[in-house]
Amino acid sequence: MRTVIFRTIAPYLSALMVLFSVFVLLRGHNEPGGGFIGGLIAASAFAIYGIACGVAAVRRAIIFHPMSLSAFGLFIAGLSGLPSLFMRQPFMTSQWWYIHIFGVEIPLSTPLIFDVGVYFVVVGAISSIALALEERESD
Amino acid sequence: MEAGLSVLIGLFFAVSVYLLMSRQIVRIMLGIAILGNAVNLLIFTAGRLTREVPPVIPEGAVTPLEQTANPLPQALILTAIVISFSFFAFLLVLAFRSYQELGTDDANEMRVAEPAGEPAPPQGY
Amino acid sequence: MAVLSESVDISNAMIVAPVSPADWLIVAPTVLTILGGAICLMMRKDTAAQPRIGVLFLALLVFATGGLFLHVLDKGVITMVMGRWLPPFGIAFTADLTGAALAFVASLVAFSAGVYGILDVDGSGRRYGFYPFLLLLMTGVCGAFLTGDIFNLYVWFEVLLIASFGLLVLGNEQAQLDGAVKYALLNIIATTLFLLATGLLYGLYGTLNMADIAIKTRQFGIDGPIATIAVLYFLAFAMKAAAFPVNFWLPASYHTPRIVVSAVFAGLLTKVGVYALLRIFVVLMPEARFQLEDLIALVAIATMLTGVFGALAQTDVRRLFGYLVISGIGSMLAGLAIGTTPALAGTIFYAIHSIVVMTALYMAAGVMSAMGGSYSLRELGGLYAASPAFAAVFLVLAFAVAGLPPFSGFWPKVILVEAAITTGHVWIAASILATGLLTSIAVGRVWVFAFWRGGPEGTPDGTAGAGALVAAPGLARPVVWLPLGVLLALVVFMGVVPEPMFQVTGRGATSMVDPIGYVRSVFGDSL
Repeated sequence: MRTVIFRTIAPYLSALMVLFSVFVLLRGHNEPGGGFIGGLIAASAFAIYGIACGVAAVRRAIIFHPMSLSAFGLFIAGLSGLPSLFMRQPFMTSQWWYIHIFGVEIPLSTPLIFDVGVYFVVVGAISSIALALEERESD
Repeated sequence: MEAGLSVLIGLFFAVSVYLLMSRQIVRIMLGIAILGNAVNLLIFTAGRLTREVPPVIPEGAVTPLEQTANPLPQALILTAIVISFSFFAFLLVLAFRSYQELGTDDANEMRVAEPAGEPAPPQGY
Repeated sequence: MAVLSESVDISNAMIVAPVSPADWLIVAPTVLTILGGAICLMMRKDTAAQPRIGVLFLALLVFATGGLFLHVLDKGVITMVMGRWLPPFGIAFTADLTGAALAFVASLVAFSAGVYGILDVDGSGRRYGFYPFLLLLMTGVCGAFLTGDIFNLYVWFEVLLIASFGLLVLGNEQAQLDGAVKYALLNIIATTLFLLATGLLYGLYGTLNMADIAIKTRQFGIDGPIATIAVLYFLAFAMKAAAFPVNFWLPASYHTPRIVVSAVFAGLLTKVGVYALLRIFVVLMPEARFQLEDLIALVAIATMLTGVFGALAQTDVRRLFGYLVISGIGSMLAGLAIGTTPALAGTIFYAIHSIVVMTALYMAAGVMSAMGGSYSLRELGGLYAASPAFAAVFLVLAFAVAGLPPFSGFWPKVILVEAAITTGHVWIAASILATGLLTSIAVGRVWVFAFWRGGPEGTPDGTAGAGALVAAPGLARPVVWLPLGVLLALVVFMGVVPEPMFQVTGRGATSMVDPIGYVRSVFGDSL
């Protein structure tokens, strides 16, 4: 598997896939996409990087332990349900904020925060499983 | 259309039950994967098959303009797929680890937790 | 997109009534445990801080579920539908008295386990996530007790299951992996069957909201497919609850993990299955319960007897208690088989009693092994001489699990036997009584061998070999008295002052048999 071509291309490919995963995550509210799919794309990017350059390199690159990433996602996904309670609405009712930057209206919302949370949960969980399997292969 | 899918679901169940009765953990896991797919197809069929447009309300309107497909089974299946996918990934790691540790994937030979031929408990002092 | 033009009246699609802060209590158990679990998991390296955070959130959980319980006791069933969508379209959380009471007791048990875990779970166990998984397990348990949507119940079952996998393999020993494989495979098949039945139910009624289903089954009566669905549900939850023909995963796995994990599992997991059976067969489809009555009775009797005979044949204390869990499930199913309101109250009472006493017994087993160095009845001995107080505690728990007065196990058995005799289910009454007798023999033997006998097997009676017993570090320390003491106090309280429990379980059972309050809480008073 570890040919020169693959090892040379893998970092760029992974970087591109992570970028694409963020794009998929953000377009997810009204079009196909979203946190789950974005997370899967990012996790497969890490898996490819791991196959090419070794699991240790991936662990260095993502800095945090995958499970911590997933816990962070769970945390903000849980938090995203709370603001509506303070508006005296049921849990998880979506709240919207419209922010104007350079004349462009950017709709921010709690579903987006929730989706980002899902993204992190999926990235963390799937890449920790993938890395665990890749690690054992080389034993 | 529902009838055709029902036959397919039945086939899936038959295959999965056959695999579930195997002794090899890997086969059992394949059976579980197929069982999950059979159930997903079943939910899809239970929501009735219609050749309608996606349930998206166009700009400016507040209700769908025409009859749309039932989105609920799709949401349910998506949830079920996500859950069964993560379970399957976990099971894969678990089966692999236990194969490494126990040296077998035959359920009959996995007797570490319940050793065969344990003596009866003490009857007196 | 999301902006609705001002002219549209959204009250037909969304809830417009403001939510009072008291209703936050209904989501608080799940939200608190998710947040706490996530924080603990983020700090997985910091093994010193984890128990503090974990126990803090478990204490908050006890307050949240306690508050919810009192709120429901005061106001009746309360409902919150997520995301403002009108029921039956939004996912509803509906807390009735049974669910709230079980959630409260479950979180007390989890809190005790969290404190007990400070001693039992070492650094590597903490790094592998004992506290996060315990908190996430409680998310699943509380979610299952409080949800009002049947698909959501499936999701909570899965949350509970995946957290339990994590707890089960904590430590990565051979026996644990062996037990975990069997536990995981069989439980996944059970939840898939649950999902299958739910899919069929949705195909039949086109709704997943429990209150809505309860209305529709009563409107349309029993039909062919409903019987299939009911049997599938029964099989799925019987597997979850470890009822007789599908109970093999429990004795294969419950003795393998750390003792505190065994304690939590023995207390909570099977009871969630029993709760789901009650919810499905009493609230959702009472007609189907009536049809399956004989089957449930048969399963109940077989479960009671196999459980207790299995317990009699064990040498390992943990496996013995595992079989007692199964035997208790049989008694709970007996109440479901009888089906009258008092019998169901007995089942709920028994479930609460079993949650507390089984956890306490496993915790006691942990202390026994810390003091005696083993879990085997052949090697234990001399514990009475080492600590008479602990011997007394164990005797109380043994009396409670065997159903002897004046402890918590006595009253539910009295209710169940009385209900069985008045409705003519003589066999059920007879097997409950026989099971009680055999259980007292099984736990009595544990007491005689491990406590009364002077030392390991072969020590003659009356020898004071106990002086040689050195209290091992860890569980033999006094901190262990806090969790054990909380559970023991509950056992004694429920036994000596049963009146509040009669009130709560009676009201809980009444509101399940006649779920008008449940339905009104979801759909408003117009129904």
